[in-house]
Amino acid sequence: MDNLQHIAPELLPILKQIADPEIPVLSIVDMGVVRSARIINSEAFVEITPTYSGCPAMDVIGDDIKKALEKAGFSSQVKLILSPAWTTDWITPHGRDALLKYGIAPPMNPDADKSALLGNKKVVPCPQCGSTNTVMISQFGSTACKALLRCEDCKEPFDYFKCLR
Amino acid sequence: MNKTLAAYVIQIADNNLILAQRLGELCGHAATIETDIALTNISLDLFGQVRSYFQYAASLTGAEATEDTIAFLRVENEYKNALLVEQPNTDFAYVIARQCFYDHFHLLFLQKLQHSSDETLRAIASKAIKEVTYHVRFSSDWLIRLGDGTEESHNKITQAVQDLWVYTNELVTAAPIEIEMADAGIGVNPESFRDEYYGALTSILNEATIPVPEQKYFQKGGKQGIHTEHMGYILTEMQYMQRTYPNMTW
Repeated sequence: MDNLQHIAPELLPILKQIADPEIPVLSIVDMGVVRSARIINSEAFVEITPTYSGCPAMDVIGDDIKKALEKAGFSSQVKLILSPAWTTDWITPHGRDALLKYGIAPPMNPDADKSALLGNKKVVPCPQCGSTNTVMISQFGSTACKALLRCEDCKEPFDYFKCLR
Repeated sequence: MNKTLAAYVIQIADNNLILAQRLGELCGHAATIETDIALTNISLDLFGQVRSYFQYAASLTGAEATEDTIAFLRVENEYKNALLVEQPNTDFAYVIARQCFYDHFHLLFLQKLQHSSDETLRAIASKAIKEVTYHVRFSSDWLIRLGDGTEESHNKITQAVQDLWVYTNELVTAAPIEIEMADAGIGVNPESFRDEYYGALTSILNEATIPVPEQKYFQKGGKQGIHTEHMGYILTEMQYMQRTYPNMTW
């Protein structure tokens, strides 16, 4: 698993406990926000990357990491890195399942994503009933990373996590 | 070199900063809840990019500079944003026309900045371009919808396009610092994509059934720090907290 490759095994269970502040069912590891975590001379060094440049959750995530590591007995340094830029491909399969169960449609491939957001094709499955008879309401939803859609069958509105690649 | 680079980074970011502030004014006031959310999310993206640029500029400047002092404690003629982005939110048509004119410039600019020899600028551009791709889609979609919509929406967006067209050319006219930075392999000369820029706008205006303005006179000055009368009002509001409570932080 690409996300986990650069995370020291001792730190992984700790980081997995930290939820994304905007989407609490998802850990920051499942989200692909943690890019590396190493222990050097018993100090933890963690690199995180923002989903979107203006993501207001980054400061909170940095603080949460420090707190969790301190509780586990590590002093730590958290560094924000921009490159390589975050992509929705880094959301783990477990993370995608968690999104779906939470009522957020996980990101589709770029072509399907574009069709859905331009209203050309009905492709995004409704997380409530599974129907693809869904329409775009707004290209931007409750956060910059999501769009707002509505299911024409069960009539429920839902968030769709936009593809970023 | 660091000083010139810092000035250049700040100039790039100033466009985003002032436009983001303008869009922020629409929070709770846009035409519909969906456009309200979209425009403020775009504002947030732009502010996020500004933070990356200003943090970098502050690190180059050293001394006491921080992202906050750069954002909040300069005087009007030290802001080098193009005049387009400071134009007011006259109505929804103006908001969309301004956004569409800027987004197309922004995307072409970032496509070039992605190849900067400067590692940090490259990283910021590669990140921002993903966000701006969505901005372009949103504003182009709306420009077409308004132009090709009802008689009323067509007339309003045509008026907005006519009025704001005069500010487009400044975006794709190089300031001396842009030429210097482009020659150094760090920056982008916006004149290198001027044709592409007007080509993109023309094709969208055609699709929107909005006549492409034919005027030959264009306004300029923002990149030299000479602004329209709107700028002072923006800064007054934006800088209020830092001026009133110096050094305050969240």
